[in-house]
Amino acid sequence: MKLLMFIPLFLLGACDGGLWNNPYPANDKNVGDKGQSVFYTVFTERPKHLDPAQAYSENEYIFLAQIYQPPLQYHYLKRPYTLIPQAASEMPNVVYLDKNNRPLPASAPAEQVAYSLYEIHLRKDLKYQPHPAFALNAQGKPEYIGLSKEVLSKYYLLGDFSHTGSRDVTAADYVYQIKRLVHPAIHTPISGLMSEYIVGLKDYAVTLQKAQQVMQGQYLDLNKYALDGVEVVDAHTYRIKVYGKYPQFAYWLAMPFFSPMPAEADQFYAQDGMQQHNLTLDWWPVGSGPYYLSENNPNQRMALSHNPNYSGEVYPNEGEAGDREAGLLADAGKPLPLIDKVVFSLEKETIPYWNKFLQGYYDAAGISSDSFDQAVSVGVGGEANVTDEMRKQGISLSTSVATSTLYMGFNFLDATVGGDSEKARKLRRAISIVVDYEEFISIFANGRGVSAQSPLPPGIFGYREGESGLNHYVYDWVNGGPKRKSITEAKLLLSEAGYPNGLDEKTGQPLVIYLDTTATGVGSKSRLDWLRKQLDKINIQLVPRATDYNRFQDKIRRGDTQMFYFGWNADYPDPENFLFLLYGPQGKVDKGGENASNYSNPEFDRLFEQMKNVPNSPARQLIIDRMLEILRRDSPWLWGYHPKDYVLHHSWLHNSKPNKMANNNLKYLRIDDPQRDALRKQWNQPLLWPLWLLGISILASGWWLWRILRKREEAR
Amino acid sequence: MNFKLVMLWTDVMIFLLLTVAIVGGWWIMQRPHLLLPWQRLFRSRVGMVSLLVLSVFVATGLLDSLHYRVALPDKGNGQAVYAAEVLSVFDTLVGDLRSQTEKTYSAPLAVFLYAKESIETPEGNTLRDYPRLKYGGAHLLDPEHDHAGDVAKRSLVGIFVGGFCGALLVILIVSVAAVRSGTPAGVWIKARKNSPVTAMLVTLALMAMLIGLIANLSGAYHVLGTDKVGQDVLYLSLKSIRTGLVIGTVTTLVMLPFALFLGIAAGYFRGWVDDVIQYIYTVLSSIPGVLLIAAAVLMMQVTIEKHAGWFSSSIERADLRLLFLCLILGVTSWTGLCRLLRGEALKLRELEYIQASQAFGVSSLRILSRHILPNVMHIVLISVVMDFSALVLAEAVLSYVGVGVDPSTNSFGTLINNARLEMGRDPIVWWTLASAFSFMLVLVLAANLFADAVRDAFDPRLNRTGIA
Amino acid sequence: MITYLIRRILYAIPILIGVNLLTFALFFVINTPDDMARMQLGMKRVTPDAIEKWKQQRGYDKPLLFNSQAAGTKKLTDTIFFQKSASMFIFDFGYSDDGRSISREISTRMFPSLVIALPTFVVGLLLYITFALLMALFRGTMLDIAGVTVCVILMSISSLFYIIGGQFLVSKLWHWVPISGYAGGMDSLRFILLPVLIGIVSGIGASSRWYRTIFLEEVGRDYVRTARAKGLSELRVLFRHVLKNAMIPILTGVVAVIPLLFMGSLLTESFFGIPGLGSYTIDAIQAQDFGVVRAMVFLGSVLYIVGLILTDISYTVVDPRVRLQ
Repeated sequence: MKLLMFIPLFLLGACDGGLWNNPYPANDKNVGDKGQSVFYTVFTERPKHLDPAQAYSENEYIFLAQIYQPPLQYHYLKRPYTLIPQAASEMPNVVYLDKNNRPLPASAPAEQVAYSLYEIHLRKDLKYQPHPAFALNAQGKPEYIGLSKEVLSKYYLLGDFSHTGSRDVTAADYVYQIKRLVHPAIHTPISGLMSEYIVGLKDYAVTLQKAQQVMQGQYLDLNKYALDGVEVVDAHTYRIKVYGKYPQFAYWLAMPFFSPMPAEADQFYAQDGMQQHNLTLDWWPVGSGPYYLSENNPNQRMALSHNPNYSGEVYPNEGEAGDREAGLLADAGKPLPLIDKVVFSLEKETIPYWNKFLQGYYDAAGISSDSFDQAVSVGVGGEANVTDEMRKQGISLSTSVATSTLYMGFNFLDATVGGDSEKARKLRRAISIVVDYEEFISIFANGRGVSAQSPLPPGIFGYREGESGLNHYVYDWVNGGPKRKSITEAKLLLSEAGYPNGLDEKTGQPLVIYLDTTATGVGSKSRLDWLRKQLDKINIQLVPRATDYNRFQDKIRRGDTQMFYFGWNADYPDPENFLFLLYGPQGKVDKGGENASNYSNPEFDRLFEQMKNVPNSPARQLIIDRMLEILRRDSPWLWGYHPKDYVLHHSWLHNSKPNKMANNNLKYLRIDDPQRDALRKQWNQPLLWPLWLLGISILASGWWLWRILRKREEAR
Repeated sequence: MNFKLVMLWTDVMIFLLLTVAIVGGWWIMQRPHLLLPWQRLFRSRVGMVSLLVLSVFVATGLLDSLHYRVALPDKGNGQAVYAAEVLSVFDTLVGDLRSQTEKTYSAPLAVFLYAKESIETPEGNTLRDYPRLKYGGAHLLDPEHDHAGDVAKRSLVGIFVGGFCGALLVILIVSVAAVRSGTPAGVWIKARKNSPVTAMLVTLALMAMLIGLIANLSGAYHVLGTDKVGQDVLYLSLKSIRTGLVIGTVTTLVMLPFALFLGIAAGYFRGWVDDVIQYIYTVLSSIPGVLLIAAAVLMMQVTIEKHAGWFSSSIERADLRLLFLCLILGVTSWTGLCRLLRGEALKLRELEYIQASQAFGVSSLRILSRHILPNVMHIVLISVVMDFSALVLAEAVLSYVGVGVDPSTNSFGTLINNARLEMGRDPIVWWTLASAFSFMLVLVLAANLFADAVRDAFDPRLNRTGIA
Repeated sequence: MITYLIRRILYAIPILIGVNLLTFALFFVINTPDDMARMQLGMKRVTPDAIEKWKQQRGYDKPLLFNSQAAGTKKLTDTIFFQKSASMFIFDFGYSDDGRSISREISTRMFPSLVIALPTFVVGLLLYITFALLMALFRGTMLDIAGVTVCVILMSISSLFYIIGGQFLVSKLWHWVPISGYAGGMDSLRFILLPVLIGIVSGIGASSRWYRTIFLEEVGRDYVRTARAKGLSELRVLFRHVLKNAMIPILTGVVAVIPLLFMGSLLTESFFGIPGLGSYTIDAIQAQDFGVVRAMVFLGSVLYIVGLILTDISYTVVDPRVRLQ
């Protein structure tokens, strides 16, 4: 017994420098020993795609944005979000052309502009990460291209290929990637959208489709087929021709969809036998960014390592007001990246995630779930801060309002809540008043949010602070702050809408409203209970219909809903990207667009088209003001709230600033490794007395049993 | 008050089960040879005490299974209009417990919310403190000072009143029993010093005290605290009992006919019937249970979505899902019973009197119903009571996996699932998990002990392995 | 023996076909390929075109069971059912919805599952038998009653509580082991300690009680009484005779479970973040990746049947009187 107890102790002690609960394998320690700094973080969901033409969600972009280099990026520190060059050497030069391809002056009205020509100049020092696709043999021929299936059968990981190579990034690679957006075997979420804008892309898709059928699944060499609207000028310059005036196009150039893709990589992975071993471009990216994917085990952990071929970028030396005081400019001018390795561990359950953060094993935690609510206490003035306990640990908090909105939409096609009648409008307004989003934010988000006055979140052009930005259909401006209208007013609106005291004035039947939501998981019950409680205030019965996402989407598409829970994460920080969600021609049921509530108002649509092409200016603000007024009057959504992104980080992590648009921010972070090691040791000393207690009680009871037994034997 | 009775599917099932139990009990009462094992059961002290505890749960569940809709004030057009909300008798009985919701978390018996908030003082300043609860301890003028004393006073009163009622009940039972047996009460008690009756009476008195305590306290406080949206945890836990009972009993009810018929048929007829039935249950039991349940539950969800018109309220939707869950749990669990019954029928058919009946040309159906069926009923009974606790536990796990009851249904699984995340809060919110834990433990423990007693009484030698 | 085995294996084929048909019906009837495509294509900007393309690429644009367009045997083979099922019988499970090879995934995830399940099984079995023996040794005394009571209480607690409580105490408060995670090789010890411990504790109640009844049954037999009458000490009787004979029902009972250890534990693995087959299954259920779910169902059925055959064989091994025909 005694021996048994000590075996686990001994083994535990032998594993790691004394810390039994270190969640990292002991050999990870070596990384730190070499003087490399490692950043430990998490991924909560295994990424589905790592191909820049296919990836479109945040959990994919946390990897891709570090690996691939699109032409542009967002400035890390400046707010509002500002585009700056990344792979490009300068911001792209835009020339407007008329329908005969003649240049127009920059001030030309939008109707005259038939095309915009974007000319992008690339930096000359870009090189790809070391990768077997570039490896050359003694003859200077690609070593690993054209291999037979038998040879390939022994390769399972990228690391199994012993040789690697690299080469310069060229403009042709960027053009190649644009072509891939309509590759018949690749599902690019934006292929439809881009086909509307990039000249010739629609026809190119058809060309490739035909070519693919001829090729019968063989490798399709995109270089053989030319794309009209995109042109390689020289090794470091290319041009993209876009229909009409589309100022938002520059934002797309900051997304991984427009990264460079070497044709060799495509060729390499297209070999028969690669896919069978999970060796695909969708899993093993080939990029030129600050990091490359060095470990790829999506079931457990992923790791990014410093790309040795990456150079030429330095930490920004200017930022927003207050950044210098916050120490965010201390590293100005230092070459990026500042961290050598980033280890992502899969953490699906929130509790372990949270506890490991508190134990110091994760350097930062994005508060994403209910369980972290208490981490943050909201101050008197509504400003959030960490709890005293955590402040003692040196944990600090950065916040920013996310460029997203979580709303509840009314289906405009529904007979009860939808439609353009005054009665329906009043019903919608009554509901908007009673659903107390301030309480929602305080209960479910612990103050991590701002109740919305319109679809536009703060930080997006067009958003107005204070009274001028108030939704006066739902709020009153009282004592310098918004105050939700009273229940009495909501009741009045409800009876004007034809439902006095929640009963239909014609039939006397109680008013029942159905809410569709995808909330089927943990914690959804309390949310739905809360919502029911809200509508109960004016005697409306809310019937939540929780379904899986699939079914939900199907219902939205068929317009078979009354109210629904939905949200939108901005693609880019422009009001167009929010207001198009209510643009008539984007109607979900008719057009299969993104306007899930099928709202349509001709005046709004007209203003939208006008607003789209106007650069940010007071004139644009005026148009947006008019649009928002229309929306507030019609109330097609409960505007809901704009969640705040909170990042909690330990004292040893520097330069952390939440930036919702830029996903490529790992290169800016810095870690103080010695401090981390010391604090981890201090925080994680095992508590031994329960172990001794357990051991002693086992020994004692064993001895006691033995005694009884002996006595019994003797008595016989 | 006018109301309209609402019969949910599971209500129907529960009352059907109740009827079957009562009719069966009466039927057995008429037949002394069948009564024998029951008398053995009634002599088991542990068994009877746990039965008493179980019956409190069952009573709660039954009260919670009588659903109705309240009539709304008449509009004068002669048409009766009913509220959309479906309530149960239990909801009415506990009254305020259901409707008195706070804003968010509060600890058991607390007077203040669990988290600090900005409060506006009458002078117009904002200050950060724990706000008073809307209902919990609202009657206290000076909570800091009076709280402990008030709780103590109410507890004592509650225990006293509960104990008094319990004592009255015990005295009533004893005197009635004594009068009927014609002995003085003192003698009657003394004669039963070690019999289960005394233990049951003591348990009854204790439970009365506990109920009195809780009832009196919950009038003014949230005895087990409130959850995230301020609902009373005691209420949620009590509501979960019904779901547990439904899963534990209706499941076996729906699977019984299949298992009985197929099991006996396979054992009795043998040959190709046996082959086919064996094939069916091997296929079903070789599919990992969780996966089969997951698939079926998803399928049912789709069906419900496609026919949204079937349901006039969310409670009906949730109820159908519950019923379906029972059904599918039944399908995955009937194979074990089926196999047992087959084995038993194989043995029975070789018995001489059955061989003789066959020789006399008695029809197979008659042999099955007159001779085989009565002789396997004890196996059925034992497996039904033994499965009960396993099913209650399974519900919690399935809800965790996401293929359990509807998220809007109150159940132990959903309670635990929500409470799990609360363990990560700081300061920790422990009461929801603790309540779910204790209620479940008491229910399952009582069920397990009762099942043991049943097994001992009906078949002391039956060595069953797979269940529990 | 050999012919018996061959017969059993042949008998397994119709069962597996049945399993396949059943799961196919369940999954495809409810979850049309359109649904699958929508699920996979994500949240934003999904067009009907993209759905068609997805289906075509994964071979979901064919008819479900019968292809009236095709010729000859293709009428049956050029269907979703045949294409997605037939290859399973040679353990080729195809690709999951995110494009990874399922067979490869299973082969890499099997090991972590085993690393948890095997120690839980072996140590657990030893411990349960020890407890049961102790209870049998002290049968009839207060110790026995206390032991049985503890067992009943332990088995009345939901396994969720064991996991939640264990993680909270051992990892969060006491800092003994990492709260979750997994690593290969020698490192794995730190990670598997708690899950294994919890797995063992949550099984103590039911198993110890069951083994106790087996022991008691054995203790009541004549040969034990004879042995005791010969003056052998209680301990010796228990270990020499009772244990040996009681092992037969115990072993034959647990043999059926051994193959299923491969499948891993759904709860433990997902709570502890262990990249095994159990968490693979849960993820697949939650993501509605039916390719994976069906592969796991198939694997589970195969292992179950293997378990049945093993049970039969173990009977002949421990008891020579039983012969398989």
